[in-house]
Amino acid sequence: MNGLALVGHQFRYDQKAFWRNPASVFFTVMFPVILFLILAVVFSGEEVDVRGGIDATTYYVPAIMSLAIISATMQTLAMTLVIAREDGRLKRGRGTPMPPWVFIAGRVGNSIVVALMMLALLAAIGALFGADVPWGRLPAILLALVVGAASFCCLGIALTAAIPSQDAAAAIVNAMLLPLYFLSGVFIPEDQIPGGVLAFADLFPVRHFFDAFFDAYVPAGGSAVSWDNLAVVALWGVAGLLLAVRFFRWTPRSG
Amino acid sequence: MRDFRPVNLESLALPDPVISIKGLRMSYGSTEAVRGIDLEVERGEVFAFLGPNGAGKTTTVEILEGYRRRTGGEVSVLGEDPAGAGREWRERIGIVLQSGRLDPYLTVRESLDLYAGYFRNPRPTEDVIALIGLEGKADERASRLSGGQQRRLDVGMALIGDPELLFLDEPTTGFDPSARRQAWDVIAGLRDLGKTVFLTTHYMDEAQRLADRVTIIAAGQIVAQGTPEDLGERDAGETTIRYRSRGEEVVLRTKTPVKTLNELTSKALAGDEELEGLEVTRPSLEDVYLELTASSEAAE
Repeated sequence: MNGLALVGHQFRYDQKAFWRNPASVFFTVMFPVILFLILAVVFSGEEVDVRGGIDATTYYVPAIMSLAIISATMQTLAMTLVIAREDGRLKRGRGTPMPPWVFIAGRVGNSIVVALMMLALLAAIGALFGADVPWGRLPAILLALVVGAASFCCLGIALTAAIPSQDAAAAIVNAMLLPLYFLSGVFIPEDQIPGGVLAFADLFPVRHFFDAFFDAYVPAGGSAVSWDNLAVVALWGVAGLLLAVRFFRWTPRSG
Repeated sequence: MRDFRPVNLESLALPDPVISIKGLRMSYGSTEAVRGIDLEVERGEVFAFLGPNGAGKTTTVEILEGYRRRTGGEVSVLGEDPAGAGREWRERIGIVLQSGRLDPYLTVRESLDLYAGYFRNPRPTEDVIALIGLEGKADERASRLSGGQQRRLDVGMALIGDPELLFLDEPTTGFDPSARRQAWDVIAGLRDLGKTVFLTTHYMDEAQRLADRVTIIAAGQIVAQGTPEDLGERDAGETTIRYRSRGEEVVLRTKTPVKTLNELTSKALAGDEELEGLEVTRPSLEDVYLELTASSEAAE
């Protein structure tokens, strides 16, 4: 098989394993849906004071989409790659003629496909709650998704180098992401977050990605493509890529 | 005058030996895990690399597999230096790691098909399933297999590329007796396929049962090499004869067992006496192994 066919081959089996893994399906697929349903019901009818006032449901659709995209990419990759590394599965694969980039490309492809599915799923559920799907902005939405998904994939792969064991994987990933979701306005509407906190959140990529994705998804005001935010996200992605190339390991830390 | 020496075509076709090591050294900081070992593995043999935990077995095998870079010495595996070998070389080897788990969510067939895609000329998946004796479990997920069955699938994933040389690093550590026996049957079958097998183990019975040749390593050095029969001059050592005579246990050690036994039994026959519990034993491979590894550790 040539390189691309081999990526497709790897991707098919990554998809099978993903959908059969209850932890992946729950945290990546079910959890964002449940979260959206809770937030949409609790805050139904309320207005969020951004862009001259928008419906809470309209706010939470792109918010939870951002979370779902980060979860499908950074979180999924960091967790599954650490588990596979400590199981010795990465080392076994390295002992075959398969080029290493093929394996990584298969996993990244898996993450991006799941992120796209989550976009469609959450858009459909949001529409049931009256949040219109902004079809006209689809190119801008896909651009934000692709830049974000690629960058958070790089960050997830880089993060594996800082995770020593399978048990530490969920703890480290959640300890990084959950506070950032709160501080960045993903869980709590940003009109209720003090400016200083948002300025702090601006130091990290989650906030910039959410901003960019929000601009793409919510028609109220402004251009659809938030170039400056996307540039910051992409820079984080490049930093992640460099760290990943330098520090990613294929052999177990233990033993 | 030109010298027309006949060319041996067979030796041109096959780069024998399959593995050749000269003066291999490996240090981690100030500790020397491997201190200058030499060995050769011939095509088609099952070669056992035997030694206690921490003797340098896994370090050596990881250097041969291309996972680790050595500190010194020369290494050739299938005619190439594993430290710089690439994709073509990896088409020709198979590796079973000491503690490699499987993807729990893929079935036996899927795991093998996934790996088959990595190789240019894989062996048919159904053949490999039959080889590892998992015909009844082909559509079972790896997580539902027993430990012994998982290990056999692991061996199958190393065989799917139809390699010339197979590395097995402690393939039965932690197994119950029936799982070990199943794994042994699979490994014994590999010799019949003409594969060269490099087996590391710390079990004497495993080496004795499977290997054509055994090399014992202790504290980073080779302490003995030979066939399971003649290792440590086991075949030339003293034989022990035991029996009971009028309730008393008698133990004789002799270098000439035929002569001693003849005298003993002639005497017994003449006196119409039965030699109760008569036993003739040689030092077991285990005795030799323990003696060799103990003396090398004492020398530390």
